[in-house]
Formats: sequence, structure tokens, C-alpha cells
Amino acid sequence: MSDNQPLSVEERNKRTLKKLVIWAVAMFGFAFLMVPFYNVICDITGLNGKTSSTAATQAPEKVVADRTVTVEFITQRGDGISGEFTSETKRVKVHPGEITLVHFYATNPTGSDMVTQSIPSVTPGEAARYLHKTQCFCFDQQTLAAGERKDMPMIFYLDPEIPRHINQFTLSYTIFDVTERVAGKNNSVAVN
Amino acid sequence: MSTAAATHDDHHDHHHAPTGLKRWLFSTNHKDIGTLYLWFSFAMFLVGGFMAMVIRAELLEPGMQFVDPEFFNQMTTVHGLVMVFGAVMPATVGLANWMIPLMIGAPDMALPRMNNWSFWILPFAFGILIFAVLMSAFGAGNPSAPNFGWTFYAPLSTKYGPASTDLFILSVHMMGISSIMGAINVVVTVFNMRAPGMTLMKMPLFVWTWLITAFLLIAVIPVLAGAVTMMLTDRHFGTSFFDAAGGGDPVLFQHVFWFFGHPEVYIMILPSFGIVSAIIPAFARKPLFGYASMVYATASIALLSFVVWAHHMFTVGMPLAGTLFFMYMTMLISVPTGVKVFNWVATMWRGSLTFELPMKWAIAFVILFTCGGLSGLMLAITPVDFQYHDTYFVVAHFHYVLVTGAIFSIFAAAYYWLPKWSGVMPSKLLGELHFWNSLISANLLFFPMHFVGLAGMPRRYADYALQFADYNFWISIGGFWFGLSQVIFLIVAIRCAMKKGEPAPAKPWDGAEGLEWEVPSPAPFHTFDTPPVIK
Repeated sequence: MSDNQPLSVEERNKRTLKKLVIWAVAMFGFAFLMVPFYNVICDITGLNGKTSSTAATQAPEKVVADRTVTVEFITQRGDGISGEFTSETKRVKVHPGEITLVHFYATNPTGSDMVTQSIPSVTPGEAARYLHKTQCFCFDQQTLAAGERKDMPMIFYLDPEIPRHINQFTLSYTIFDVTERVAGKNNSVAVN
Repeated sequence: MSTAAATHDDHHDHHHAPTGLKRWLFSTNHKDIGTLYLWFSFAMFLVGGFMAMVIRAELLEPGMQFVDPEFFNQMTTVHGLVMVFGAVMPATVGLANWMIPLMIGAPDMALPRMNNWSFWILPFAFGILIFAVLMSAFGAGNPSAPNFGWTFYAPLSTKYGPASTDLFILSVHMMGISSIMGAINVVVTVFNMRAPGMTLMKMPLFVWTWLITAFLLIAVIPVLAGAVTMMLTDRHFGTSFFDAAGGGDPVLFQHVFWFFGHPEVYIMILPSFGIVSAIIPAFARKPLFGYASMVYATASIALLSFVVWAHHMFTVGMPLAGTLFFMYMTMLISVPTGVKVFNWVATMWRGSLTFELPMKWAIAFVILFTCGGLSGLMLAITPVDFQYHDTYFVVAHFHYVLVTGAIFSIFAAAYYWLPKWSGVMPSKLLGELHFWNSLISANLLFFPMHFVGLAGMPRRYADYALQFADYNFWISIGGFWFGLSQVIFLIVAIRCAMKKGEPAPAKPWDGAEGLEWEVPSPAPFHTFDTPPVIK
């Protein structure tokens, strides 16, 4: 029909089609790109309250003795955890820069060994990047032998630079049973 | 079910289309496929509407009467999915199929076989989803249909999702493929198939709004596909995108979902803007006020829709700077939207208005969509959103923009173009009944939801506190009334399909403009084999 065109309509249609398909496929890829992108944003801003998963190696520069920040600890049991999981210290007042030790413990009342993973979360999220842990049970998976009561220490200090308006925050841990996941099985899906 | 069946006697020597079932199964004709889309979407509208009736029956009185809460959750979930993906979106795709080639003087859509495929995927996609509901309603054992809300937030849909979530994932993938193909077809058609002289800035606004919608679809439906793929691998292949135990984050799901979800709401409303921009000038007998500003406003809305998604999730705990950014961006959208509403009103200003059926629906659209827009502006304000979040106020807001917005405009389009599609005028009496009943009942149904929402009634529960009883009673009455009113439209549509009614001239509305009115009514099976001359 458009004989006066240098390219036939079919030819042009194919070209446009190709471009649009490439775009659609790229946007599918973009959805997956959002995952690392989100994680980076969270690392920078503490958006989702995640604390660093590696131990802080530097000692605090100074202790800010004229400020105290209240840190509260709460614990939750995720799927598959039937035992206890709690912190011996419920709240602690610390000076920024002061190194503090708190104890958590978990029990495994079942008859078989259990691999657990604890996931930290800080509320409000912006406090997360000022919380430095030099030692934490959450850095690694913890194996609880059958019937064991395990002491799980956590050592932390607050960044001396923590903003003035943060004078209290909550650190929450949720413990999950990851035995099956470690054994290489798929995450089983609850069917209700 | 044919509105174009009578066009067979139209003499085109290369016309050798199959008849009967094969005509519809193998159709590559944009008009037939448009008809299929429109009937399919209306069927889905009735199916989703039936689910809404179940919801409103349960909420007629406080306490549990008809269904258990588990089934109630499945109803709210599938009602939302069917209405969004099955009713509104295919209806606008159907309108695009029918009207875009006619409006730009093209003989057909650019990729007719893909067009056929993109339609015929849909019945299977929704068959799968509705199969899950039927299994749940009449089920052996205890299978649950998807029950996590149409937004399918993780971990409700991953760790705690019922087995039928996998049916849902497959279904969403198929709907997505259908939408993407439909959108690609629109873009290719508009770019390459316009009649000589039909420059971009001469295109009717319906074509413009659909072109922009198509770009939105190609940009965000793949993101939805990505989200459900992540759900699938989280459920069965040991990944942890959204699973905190494995280092993932359920909030990530909400970001990915709403990155798709917010442009999606404009995908549903932009074609409506195009429809009323065609209808209002026709019955005001004046050209559209500010054509170019309409095009730019539509494009700005589309661009802004990519940077407002987190206003759906203010309560997840975002940094102050984040909430401020999303709040201001959301409010900024009211500027181009305001331009549009202003232009529609300015088009009517001092026009020679007449109030035929399409115009009635279009004016109702302008007023009620603006109501929905205003409650949206209230929801955009972060601190008050904390109170409104997940209440019936939100339900009222999005039903105003989707029912009295998108769906009213689709009805406007149907009454406006039915003469062209079927060759007969839709029944005036039935049309008036349909309009007034729908208008009054929709407001009885959705307006009190604002009040119960502000008073704190949460969404998605099968029961409510006693103080909400009176309002909910009237909301339910409005719901049943609105549902029954739609049966009137079914009769209108069937009468048109059966050619019952006054024969329509080529241009039944004297103020209407556009190429579609230059072909006879009903539009012949093949149109614009030789491109029309554009003035």
C-alpha cells in the first residue's frame, strides 16, 4: 500500500516490533536488577533496618560520655522454632562509642540438632547504620544440639556520630530454623 | 455474539474470512478481535461483580452470615484481579483494537496474528484463575484460591500462600504476555500504519492516550512478570528474594510490586481520558480545548507515574526524605490531571451542549473521577495517610477512580461507538435506565465508604465493628443495586448485537469528528484499504 516508502510497512513493523520486544525483555531484567539496587540503597540509608552482616573491625574513635542512647532488645521466633529465644538484657543505656556486651540464649527442646539463623532488624531504620557489632551470633548460622540451651553473646558499640535525635531504638532478632535449607532442601511451602 | 456479522455481505473481493467458530478462533481482523475483547471483558466484569456481591452480602450485616473469612479473603483477592486484569484492561484493549485503525486510517492492526494470540491467551489465563476459585468453592479436600489480596504481598503469597498460588502465578504470566503483545501491537500500528498526512499531533486523543498507555504497559508489565517469577522461585526453587530467613526482605516485594502497580493504575485510566476527550467535544459541538496541552499532560502523568510508587507503602517505615519525595511527586501529578479536567470543562464552556447517553456518562466521569482524584490527593499526604492506610477510605478512593472513572468512561465509549460497531442505535430507554441506576447506586455504594474509612473500618475483613453497621447496610444495598443495573447493559449490548433497534447512520452524532465516522455503520469488515485523505 505504501509503495512510495523506502521501506515496506511490513519491514518497518518488524523493526519497531524488534525494538519493543527488546525493551520488554530489558524491563523484565530490570525487575531483577531492583534486588541488588534495593540492597545497596538499604545499606546506605538503613531503609529496611538491616544491620551490617559483618563484624566491625575498627575500635570506636571516642566515647561520647555526655550522651546516652537507650537500646531495647526484642526477640521473635520464626517458623519451626519451638524452643525459647530471648535476651537476658531487655534494655541497656549506653554512651555512643562504649563497647557493650549483651547475652541472648536459645533452646532446642527437640530431639534432633537444629541449624538456626537469626535476622536482625532495627527500628527506626535510620539507626541501623550507626550500630556496629564486633561480635554477633547473627553473623553465622548457629547449630543447637538436641536439648541444648545455647548462650549467644553479642558485642556492639554505637557510632559516636549517631545523630542527636536518635536517643532510643529497638534491635529485634527473629530466629529461623534453617536446618532443611542447609541440608539443601527447598524451602517448604505451607499449604493451607 | 457478533456485532460485525452483518458485514459479510459487504463486497470486498479479497474477503474470504471463515465463518462460525473458526471466524472467531482464527480471526486476524481488528474489528472481530476488538469485539472478542469487549465481550470477554464484559463477561469478566460480571464474574468479578458476582464476587463483589458475595463480599457485600457478607458485609450487609455485622457478624458472619454467608461465607467463612477464608473464602471472603479469596473473594476480595480474585475480585480485584479479575476486575483489574480481566475487565478494565481488556475492555480498553478492545476499544483500541476497534478504534485505533479506524481513527488513524489504517486497514488493520500492524501485527494481526499476534493480535489474535494476545486475545486468545486471556480466556485461558482467567480460566486458570477462576478454576482455583471453583475448586475452593466446591472443592475436594481443602484447597484455597489465592487469598492474599490482589496486591499479593510477600510473605502472604510466598511462605503462606496456598497451593493455588502457583496457578495464580501462571495466570498472571499469561495475562502479562497478552498485555505486552497487545501494547506492542498498538505502538507498531500507531508508528507505522497512520494514513499519509495523519501526523502525530493530528491523531485523536484516544490514540495518543493509548500510545502512552502502551509504552507504560511495555515498561511495567515485565516488572510484574519479574515479581511473580521471584515469588515462584522463592516458593519452589530455594531462593530468598522476599524471605527474611534466607536474607531477603519482604518489603522489597512491595517496592517491586508498586513499581509496576502505580503505572498500572494509569494504564487503566489513560485510555479513559482519551475516550472522554473524544466524547465531550462531540456533544459540546466545539473542538477540544487545549489539544496539545492534553497530549503533554498525558505524557507527564505517565512519566510521573514511575516516581510515586512508594506512596502505597508510606507505613513501611521510610526515611523522612523518602516520604517527602514521594508525597510531593504524588501531589505534582494533580497538576497535569488538573490541566485535563480544566480542558474538559473549558470544552463544555459555552458549547451547544446536548446530553445524549455517551455525554451523560462522560460528564459523570469528569465529576466523579475528580472526586476520586481529590481523595487521592488526601491519601498522598504522608501523615494523614498513616490514618487512612488500609481503611475503607482507600477502597472508596480507588473505586471512585476505577468504577465511576475507568468503567463509566468505558460505558461512555460503548454508547458512543456501539452504532458504529453494530449498525444500530443502542436503546435510549434502556440506556437511560442503565445510566441513572448506575450513577445513583454507584454513589450509594462507594460514597459512604469514605465515612466508614475515616472512622477506622479496615479493608479486607469479613466482619466489622457494630458502629459501622448502618453504613455498611446501605453500602451493600448500593452494591446489589449497582450489580443489577449492569444487567441492563447486557440487554443493551445483546440487542445491538442482534441488530434490534433503529439503524444508525454513518455519523449518528452530529458534532462528532474523526475518520471513524466516514465509514458506514456498521463498519465494514475491511476499512481504509486505500488510505483516506487527511485534511
